[in-house]
Amino acid sequence: MKEIKPEDINVILATDCGSTTTKAILIEKVGDEYRLIVRGEAPTTVEAPFEDVTMGVLNAVAEVEELSGRRLLDENHKIISPSKDEGDKKEGTDIYVSTSSAGGGLQMMVAGVVRSMTAESAERAALGAGAIVMDVIASNDKRLPHEQIERIRHLRPDMILLSGGIDGGTITHVVEIAELISGADPRPRLGSGYNLPVIYAGNKDAREAIKETLEDKVDLGIVDNIRPVLEKENLLPAREKIHDLFMEHVMAQAPGYSKLMEWTDVPIMPTPGAVGLIMKTIADLEDIEVLGVDIGGATTDVFSVFQGVFNRTVSANLGMSYSVSNVFAEATLPMVMRWVPFDMDERDLRNRVKNKMIRPTTIPQSMQELIFEQAIAKEALRLAFIQHKNFATVLKGVQQQRTIADAFDQKAGGETLVNMMTLNMLIGSGGVLSHAPRRQQAAMMLIDAFQPEGITRLAVDSIFMMPQLGVLSQVHAKAAKEVFDKDCLIHLGTCIAPVGETKPGKPVMKYRFELPGGKTEQGELKAGEMIKIDLGFDPDTDLPLKAKAVLEPERGFDVGPGKGSHLETTVSGGVSGLILDGRGRPFSPPENNKDRVESLIQWMTALNVYNEDALRG
Amino acid sequence: MAHSYTPGLKVTERMKITKKRILPLKGDVVVKVGDKVEPDTVVARTDLPGTVEPLNVANILGVPPEDVEDCMVKKEGDQIEKGETIALNKSFFGLFKTEAKSKISGSIESVSSVTGQVLLRGEPIPVEVKAYLQGEVVETIENEGCSISTLGSFVQGIFGVGGETHGTIKIVVPDNATVLEDKHIGEDCKGCVVVGGSMATAGAVKRAISVGAAGIVAGGISDKDLREFLGYDIGVAITGNEDLGVTLVVTEGFGEIAMAQKTFDLLKSKEGMMACINGATQIRAGVIRPEVVIPLAGDIHEAGAEEVETTAGLEVGSPIRVIRQPYFGQIGTVSGLPPALQQLDSESKARVLEVEFQEGKKVIIPRANVELIEG
Repeated sequence: MKEIKPEDINVILATDCGSTTTKAILIEKVGDEYRLIVRGEAPTTVEAPFEDVTMGVLNAVAEVEELSGRRLLDENHKIISPSKDEGDKKEGTDIYVSTSSAGGGLQMMVAGVVRSMTAESAERAALGAGAIVMDVIASNDKRLPHEQIERIRHLRPDMILLSGGIDGGTITHVVEIAELISGADPRPRLGSGYNLPVIYAGNKDAREAIKETLEDKVDLGIVDNIRPVLEKENLLPAREKIHDLFMEHVMAQAPGYSKLMEWTDVPIMPTPGAVGLIMKTIADLEDIEVLGVDIGGATTDVFSVFQGVFNRTVSANLGMSYSVSNVFAEATLPMVMRWVPFDMDERDLRNRVKNKMIRPTTIPQSMQELIFEQAIAKEALRLAFIQHKNFATVLKGVQQQRTIADAFDQKAGGETLVNMMTLNMLIGSGGVLSHAPRRQQAAMMLIDAFQPEGITRLAVDSIFMMPQLGVLSQVHAKAAKEVFDKDCLIHLGTCIAPVGETKPGKPVMKYRFELPGGKTEQGELKAGEMIKIDLGFDPDTDLPLKAKAVLEPERGFDVGPGKGSHLETTVSGGVSGLILDGRGRPFSPPENNKDRVESLIQWMTALNVYNEDALRG
Repeated sequence: MAHSYTPGLKVTERMKITKKRILPLKGDVVVKVGDKVEPDTVVARTDLPGTVEPLNVANILGVPPEDVEDCMVKKEGDQIEKGETIALNKSFFGLFKTEAKSKISGSIESVSSVTGQVLLRGEPIPVEVKAYLQGEVVETIENEGCSISTLGSFVQGIFGVGGETHGTIKIVVPDNATVLEDKHIGEDCKGCVVVGGSMATAGAVKRAISVGAAGIVAGGISDKDLREFLGYDIGVAITGNEDLGVTLVVTEGFGEIAMAQKTFDLLKSKEGMMACINGATQIRAGVIRPEVVIPLAGDIHEAGAEEVETTAGLEVGSPIRVIRQPYFGQIGTVSGLPPALQQLDSESKARVLEVEFQEGKKVIIPRANVELIEG
């Protein structure tokens, strides 16, 4: 890898090799800041008949060349570096980076002693590194040892992360699990020419015994304990080791990757790992709490940074095409249909869902189909978010000191870190959100599924540039941040949702907004009502306009500072402007069918989500 | 994007079909290049390592883990029988004995002095790979398997359940639009691949199982019926391991949809011949579709028998099938390919095409919502 100084970087080429599409972006320094110039894409070429990922990369880069007029490939199809611009003749890039989730991404199995403690820490480490966790083995997972062995044997992961015991704690239990792995004699998923990588990140006193048990059968790597004491997680060494092994073993086995690894200036990262990195960077730089979601065809990833802690979950079977039938099965028909303002025949609907599953690339042609598809998306997002909330928790098994005041507020250990009231920004990504014909639809899907509380900015990453920016942030944080702010996100606006419950039609909050240009918008938000106030973008900077907000919630309603407390703050606009949500929290559409349909139509009309004629069926 | 449409499903009268038959682990290939095989001919076999059963000997004998090694009657690698004593602890001058007995027949895999656990390995499990097709071995891969080729008719389905099987083709409905019901299936369907029309009902599938039919090929299946006879809902389309007693191949999709005329006519013209079918479906990267292969007489080496890849793409005049509402299941020909993006009723902008249906009606449809009918 060559040494690159950030100040020498004027041109950046970045690619993300997804399982179906390879996306390339070109970033250049324009004046003092870095901006996205163009993007290109081409089908990924990991599978037969091509079996060489670099072909897809070259095709995507060729599209970038064509659109930007910058020559990036030489006659031997090599990326030209460094950049050399003379007049109109632009050539080369100063740095090339890439992420990858092709070939099914990184599939891991993790193991620990106690399911809710070391095994969960191991799961967090693997997910944070961008892996799909196929299974979690623990001494207390209620399976018999022979069942655990069968499972390890059957799954064929790319690697295993084994943890267990705090330093100085149990040895026997950890070694017992190592013996199960040894007995299973697991084979790696790709290729048979190497041993399965196993990372040991458990009790340091058990290292010798682990070596003895596993060294002959697997490719064993040892790192610091991920749970050295109960009160602390130390996930970084394990995550770094996962990335190293991902490069050395998994990527190197996939067709064409050894070539691609030579081209890139920094190691290739798993796509979700890179997304986590950019989210953490942004949350740290701006000191905000962020929640992000990427809903794909097969899986939905949820990322969050709350109280400075990064968490990621993957809902393996919640998605909009390959897994759409599973969303339907898990959510159930009535839960999906509660978002649809007209009747549809159940038998026909079920067949439609299955037909989408077997023909995943089709798109909704009629408005009715679009509304139905977005209703399914709301449920997929909601279910993925429940999984995330249950996983992103404070450490379990930690003894907490309680004062007498806590005696009245008894909570079980391991409560979730996710707090919708303190959340500052909700970012959506993935086809159904970023390609929604109207941006208001994306805003509505995010609000209905996640139910943000208080004041929350909404955005979509329309071309899913976060992976490339994540890997770039490692070498050039400034460039990554600038492109993220100006080119990556489409700001939808701000949702203002007072928390509380009351009868429909009762007052919830008085509001006054001082908009740019001296205009003022004021009024009263009623329960069960949604209001949209236009607040767009500054034409000079392309950034969202700001407005001063004075919010006076009724007694029993909270927009942040406490029930009934008055709040003066600044809010940002966007494509959908300011969205006032008077439906209370938690909320679901009315159960009575007539009221439900009326409410849905009011909300959708107020936000201009769909064409009004279509809503009437 | 290279393809803005779904590549079509293949329906071909005559082509060379080659299948790789590979063992899950290395083993013995028992055929050679040039051998003629039948679907049930075993082409390769191996032994899978037996299941592993851990036994905590330290606990059973009541000794510390580090003493387990000394108590072992059988050593690592030794053969053992079910019920046989593998470790023994004598105490009080040999008067009291505690024994650890094996739960399985097999061998001792390992003895741990850290946990006191002994891993027992069960007897190897034999695995055989059959030819699946009637044809000729064209390649052998040492220790792994072989490739079998045949000349045959080939029909690719869209979705299926159940694994590989074979039987005689029997057409039981008058045309491609008739729903296949239980009344169509008689005792004479035993061992046959039953061909229905627009949809197979749950009753038809159950009847097929009870008379011992090998498989069913139909235009559609209702999601409700599929759930009823599977006993669960399919969340993701990865199938092939179901043990239903019958293999199902659906050619068009979910719901009542007439089987494409071309497919029905092809199958009808082959009535009485043997069909090898597989319901395995995997709709993910590396897609696997269910299939019907009807081996035909002829030499696989004859000129013109090579597989012809049809990658012509969409052109005016191409026959297509619509694969999404509001025209789902209808068949027509491409009558226009406007290059610019067009706004759909859903307000999305997409690349579209103009289709002329059989009755002469012309409509605009997104290219992503049609499938080329390949020949």
